[in-house]
Amino acid sequence: MIKLVGIAIVALGFGLRINTLLVVVAAGIATGLAAGMSFNEIMAAFGTYFVENRYLTLTVVLMLPVVGLLERHGLRERAETLIRRSRAATAGRVLVVYTAVRQISIALGINIGGQAAMTRPLVAPMAEGAAHARAGSLPAKTTETIRAHAAAAENVGNFFGEDTVFAVGAVLLIQGTLHAEGHEVSLWLLSWWGIPTAFAAFGLWLWRARALDRRIKREVAAGEEPHA
Amino acid sequence: MRLLSLEVFYVVAGILLLGVALGLALDRTQPKRFGSALFWGVLAITFMAGKALPPVVTGYLALALVLLAATNRLGGPTESEASPPERAAAAERLKNWIFVPALLIPATAVLGTLVLSKLHVGDVWLFSPVNVPVVSICLGAVVAVAAGLLLTRAPARTPVQEGGRLLQTVGWAVILPQFLAALGGIFAQAGVGAVVADLVARLFPMQFPFVAVLAYCAGMALFTICMGNAFAAFPVITLGVGLPFVVQAHHGNVAIMAAIGMLSGYCGTLVTPMAANFNLVPAMLLELKDKNAVIKAQAPVALGVWTFNVLLMYLCVYRF
Repeated sequence: MIKLVGIAIVALGFGLRINTLLVVVAAGIATGLAAGMSFNEIMAAFGTYFVENRYLTLTVVLMLPVVGLLERHGLRERAETLIRRSRAATAGRVLVVYTAVRQISIALGINIGGQAAMTRPLVAPMAEGAAHARAGSLPAKTTETIRAHAAAAENVGNFFGEDTVFAVGAVLLIQGTLHAEGHEVSLWLLSWWGIPTAFAAFGLWLWRARALDRRIKREVAAGEEPHA
Repeated sequence: MRLLSLEVFYVVAGILLLGVALGLALDRTQPKRFGSALFWGVLAITFMAGKALPPVVTGYLALALVLLAATNRLGGPTESEASPPERAAAAERLKNWIFVPALLIPATAVLGTLVLSKLHVGDVWLFSPVNVPVVSICLGAVVAVAAGLLLTRAPARTPVQEGGRLLQTVGWAVILPQFLAALGGIFAQAGVGAVVADLVARLFPMQFPFVAVLAYCAGMALFTICMGNAFAAFPVITLGVGLPFVVQAHHGNVAIMAAIGMLSGYCGTLVTPMAANFNLVPAMLLELKDKNAVIKAQAPVALGVWTFNVLLMYLCVYRF
């Protein structure tokens, strides 16, 4: 039970809003000590995993220069202008289309973007632009909500497309884990059973996107009422 | 021989980070210039020399990053972004051409995954076979910068400056995913998962087939919330709860259980700040005031998909 000290520290740290990096390192050190590792062993473990997982930071760092360069030359403004020409576009519809594209492409094993490459420079401005064209100026909190949903559109598409048609990372990990325990399962079967959830997730996202459009309408209407 | 691998792009990113660090060290308008320069400089070293340095040294370097961030030695961006009229003027001049570099990123990703990764002359391959999607997207970023410079005729320092500004906007949160992955690794080494699996198995009345499914899906989601990563939760919960109860005790189908179990873990990923690269870094990138706004937007989908998964697994796993 003492090994759970790390989870307790993380929960407490998030609750007290202490610097997250500090909380995470403290949890790692406490867990390592509880398991009988020396401080240098814990540092070595941190070093190893830190280096192994550089790819998590890599895609963000490499993407920022081009995103910054293009934004300086009006990429976000142009994305907004373009979407305003479409009469059918709403914030919710823009996000649904993006999630569909993301789900299908990741199912084919292709990663077309991510939060830095797609959401910030293109998807979020298009969703905002569509809402702006329909409703006029948006209250600040509405803009926040639209942006948060743009990030969600990326995650939902990414997560629930991956395990379907083409065998990639997650499916291989499942097969490997089960193989080590003496269970042989085919990649096709694993992919096949990912499909119902992919459709369920898309259906639920459709519902959230409609809710977003209704919420935008409501918040804009409330914002336009004269303040007494 | 492999021409392009993740290591190549780690060096590219390291050089970029070093450039940002140097720029900060020379920037007198930045009140925290030395702390900031040190932070991005040390990160650059771990990127370029990560494989060469002994792990314990990298560990202490990583600890130094944490202490710099926790003692508030990092400054925010000082260089102001281009003003709205400037951006509008550029947008008017470049029209839809501005999208070309941006769309080159996904286009290169597609081309890289489907074509470039298969190119080779004898034993010399263009791509390393490990992590082809990530290598493709990194190549896309480099191609897009080149195209962007050609199109905008901006000086070569502009992308470094603008990238640095955005990097400072995200701040120390950019390395949080690496630390959370490391924490997951230490949890695994220490055997935290076995304790959690044992707890779940003891708390639920496992003699009922539905409870076994519920406990497995709940275990996947909850342990993913703790670890921030469904891949770390999967072996632990599957070995501790799934295989002994759903498969051995109640004769469920292994493939159905495992496939839907992993997707139940993803529902946990959608609602945890521990999955920083998916939930917190975007909040910083999109400059949201509420850092949990992305999680709040995802929570209804996560809960809905998770419930669907439990029902689907219960209806199918004992039948096929």
